[in-house]
Parts: sequence; C-alpha cells; structure tokens
Amino acid sequence: MKAADDKKMTAAAEPELTGTVPGPEDFYQDLHTDLMFLNYGPSHPATHGTLRSLLALDGETIVSAVGEIGYLHRGFEKSVEHKTYNKVIPYTDRLNYCSAILNNIGYTKAVERMLDIEIPDRTKFIRVIVGELSRMIDHLVCIGPQFVDMGALTNLWYVFNEREKVYDVLDKLTGARLTNSYCRVGGLYRDFYDGCEKDILQVVKGIEDAIGEVEKLTAKNRIVIDRTVGICPVSAEDAISYGFTGPTLRASGVNYDIRKAQPYYYYDTFDWEVPVGTQGDTWDRIYVRFYEIRESAKIIRQAIKNLPGGPIWTEDKRVKLPEKQDTYQNIEGLINHFKLIFEGTRVPAGEIYDASEAANGELGFYITSDGSGYPYRVRVRPPCFMNFAAFPEIIEGFMIADATVTLGSLNIIAGELDR
Amino acid sequence: MSEMSPVLTKLKQRFPGDVVSTSSWRGDDTAVIKREAITRVLEFCKNDPDLAFNFLMDLSAVDYLTYPKAQPARFAVAYHLYSLSKNQRVRLKVFANANEEIETACPLWKSANWMEREVYDQYGLTFKNHPNLKRILNHQEFVGHPLRKDYPMRKRQPLGSVDSLMDEMEKRLKAKGLRY
Repeated sequence: MKAADDKKMTAAAEPELTGTVPGPEDFYQDLHTDLMFLNYGPSHPATHGTLRSLLALDGETIVSAVGEIGYLHRGFEKSVEHKTYNKVIPYTDRLNYCSAILNNIGYTKAVERMLDIEIPDRTKFIRVIVGELSRMIDHLVCIGPQFVDMGALTNLWYVFNEREKVYDVLDKLTGARLTNSYCRVGGLYRDFYDGCEKDILQVVKGIEDAIGEVEKLTAKNRIVIDRTVGICPVSAEDAISYGFTGPTLRASGVNYDIRKAQPYYYYDTFDWEVPVGTQGDTWDRIYVRFYEIRESAKIIRQAIKNLPGGPIWTEDKRVKLPEKQDTYQNIEGLINHFKLIFEGTRVPAGEIYDASEAANGELGFYITSDGSGYPYRVRVRPPCFMNFAAFPEIIEGFMIADATVTLGSLNIIAGELDR
Repeated sequence: MSEMSPVLTKLKQRFPGDVVSTSSWRGDDTAVIKREAITRVLEFCKNDPDLAFNFLMDLSAVDYLTYPKAQPARFAVAYHLYSLSKNQRVRLKVFANANEEIETACPLWKSANWMEREVYDQYGLTFKNHPNLKRILNHQEFVGHPLRKDYPMRKRQPLGSVDSLMDEMEKRLKAKGLRY
C-alpha cells in the first residue's frame, strides 16, 4: 500500500502530457488521514471551568472522547467531617457557586429531617423565594455564556445585567454576593429587610424582560438553530441510565422534578408547571431553562403574595441559639450558647438520603450521623457529575464546535463536579 | 418501625437468603444485602414491574472504622435507587472489607461507571468487572484513599505528572474498532 502510494506521488510530481487531470478523490486518497488527538481543556476559554476531555479527531469530527475531572477537587467530603453541622453550610456554598442558596437549602433540609425538626412556614416561604431566585440566576449563567460560545455576545450583557441586580438584592439580604450562607439548621441567617419583597419582584420582572429579549434575538436565529437543533441528542432511556436529573433530564422528555414528585416547602400548593423537552438535543437543553425561569418567576410571585408572618426560627432548643440577652445575663443561656457553638447540634445516630431540586438537578445529601455534633460522613450527590460523565459519549460523532455548545447546555459547575 | 414498607417486604420475600436485614428511619428504607448477591438484587429492583427502580441516583460508601456502633464490616457501599413510575426510593447497602470485591453495577446503569470509580478512589474498594477502574477525583500518583477514617485530614502529597488519558482512549478506540 505504502509503496503504491509512493509510486503515485512520484508519478503525480512528474509533468504529465497525456491522461486525465487528478480529481479531488485522488487528492484525499494521498492525504495523511490518521486520527489527531486534541486536549480540550482543562483551561480552555470554551470549557467554562476546569474540565478536560481528550478528543480523537478525524478532521473536525470527534470519533472518540474521554473525560478527566478532579482539577478543582478540594476534599469537601473529608473537610466537613471535622466541622459541626452548622459550620458545613459555608462549604456547601462552594459546591454550585452559581446558586449557593439552593445548596444551603438542600443541606439544611437534610439535617432538619434527621433532627425531625419542623421549621416555621415563613422560613419555608423565604427559602422558596430566595431558592427560586437562585435558580433563575443559575439558569442565566447557563444561557448567557452559551450564546457567547455561539458568537452572540449581546445576549450575555442582557442576562448578566439582571444577574448583577439579583446579586445586589442578595448582598443586601445575606451580606454576601456569591457565597451567601443564608440558611441555618432550623432557620435562617436573618429575616427579609423592609422592602425586600418589592426589590425581589423588581429583579424578577427584569429577568423576565431580559430573557424575553434574548429569546426574541435567538429563537428564530438561523445560526442558533443550525448549531443546536439535533446536536448531541440524548434519548430518554439514555438520560435515565446516565443518571441525568434536572433540566438535562427534562429536555429529554422525562417529567421528573423533585419539587413536584416529592414536594417540600409547599411547592405542591403553588400553581406552576414542569417544562419538558422532546428531542433531548442541545436546543432543548437550552430552551427548557427559559421556561423554567418563567415558572420560577410564577412561584416567587405567589410565594411573596402569600408570605406568612411569624418567626423565622424553630423553637427547638437543640438548634436555636438563645436570645442575646439570655446569653449575656443568665448562666443557662450562656451554657446553651457555648455548647451549641463549640459542640454543635447533636444529631441522632442514623443515616438519611435527602434530595432537593437544585438548579442543575437532584442535589442529594447522604448523611451518616454517629450521634455527635459532627457529621460522621457527608456524601454529596452532585447533578453535574452524572452530566459530565455522559459528556464524552454524547459528543462522539459530532464536531468540536458542537462539543462546545453541548458542554454549555449541560451547565457543568466544576465546584460541584469535583467537590 | 411498626410495619415494613412494601418495597422491603417484597425484597425480603423474593430474596430471603440474601437480604441480611431491613430498617426504616425518618422515612428512608434500607435493606442490607449480601455482598455476593448485590447484582441479582439490583437487577431485580430495576426490572421488576412492581419496583421499577430505573434510576441509580447515588452510589457511595461509608467507612465505619471509628463508628461507635459495631458494624458487620469496615466499609459499606450504599446504592440509592429511585423509581420514576412508582415515585419511591430505597437504599441498598453492602458491607465489605478492603480486600473484598463487589460486582460492578455498570451493565445495569451507565451512571455506575464514574460513581464506582469515585468509591474506588476515595475508599480503595474494588469493583469486579468494572470497565475502567482508575482514580477519578484524586491524582494518579496519589497514595492512599483520602476518605478512609485513618487518612489524616492535613496530609499533603506532592503530585506532578499529567495523565495523558491515552490508556482510556485506547480502550475506547479499540471498542469502536478504530486504529490510530
């Protein structure tokens, strides 16, 4: 084969006076067509986050891919075994840092169930409101850079402007922009400030307007359609087998949302729907998030309208810090405060798996307690882990540019992926 | 724990010799399964029309080395299954020591692949017939298994090399019948 090629090459090099002109087929036959290997990531502008894939390319087509993670592994699960239950909350902020409050909610909800504590209704409603607000900005983080990857930079400014305004409200409410640490086991860091509801309704309106503009700009855009429709589809059966949850699963047509399936915090009493895709392609994965933002807005409006009054802390002395005047003026209060801070809340021995619907899917906490104030073992089930495990397989057969938009549509957050 | 949940009752009836114990706490149902039997129990859970646990939601492990209450073995692997049609969950647990292998769940669920790699990486438990059992979160040169209770939290290891990933790539290309 090799010798024949050489012969052909030399024959082609000599000036031919007779015979036919070599066509394109002859040209490609002589071309060197070995697979090329390309490291896609871990620090590439298109792989938002420290994600690495090794691609085997035939031209621009990916024939085979494998992934590697762990670049942001910082030992969350090991570290929190040495913290009291409340001290774990700031660590959970750093899982999916685009929607820190949803992680706080997932964790505190799990510990509260272990303690068998019922939190006040006002706390539940506030958690729903700020949780849905976090979900909205998390989806904006997915949508904005997604279109930048396709060359539509304008959309990023539309949605990130509004995200910034949400951060201003969260900053005012929780004291931090990104890593809020807003929830506590049995309550919240603080109640709504005066006029918070009005501010939230205003930013929610802003987000709805922004995504309306973005949808108008993109949904009928030829480039967006060509680059997303039919790209890297995942069937419902595969999505279940991969362990997809959240928007990526619903894009494949599976109607599973924990807020509906196993309702918590009165989610079943609000009037809202679960948007579901049909094809499971990149288009569905992006646009299902537009609809989810609108549903979240509906939930926030209803929750604010029906926001009950009352305390934000449970009366359970196992978790609630005593009033400051008791801490300073009587010995029982001081001891109670000291023990709660230094020894932590004693959680009964046992194990639970508690799931909540985070922005990217099912965020599960599998907590084992030995009866002390420190968790014996905390396992986080991060939704991104399953999404990224599937990524190398679903991009095979498509092109590098398709891999970029598909990665964006899966919305992998490295903090949660690597823990 | 006055009455047993239907899922646990069914598992106990179907596998009287393989279900070691069952318990329910705070609404979570747990069945402890014999290590050798886990594949057939998982397969039954997935395919039985009354159970229909089509999701392997989570697979992780616990090291009971310093746990105050004595356990059957040092480690436990926990499978969290979820059934979409029945809207129910169950936890299956398998106890194992460090040198005991557990059969992989990869043929049943694709999600098992990376989660089993994580358990191997963090706890050093091995899964028999796993297609690609290598470290996932920690570096390839890492010595030891960090989530074991006897691994010191503040221990540091200098790690420098880069994983070319070609071992995985070669397997993948071979499976597709490609050469390079």
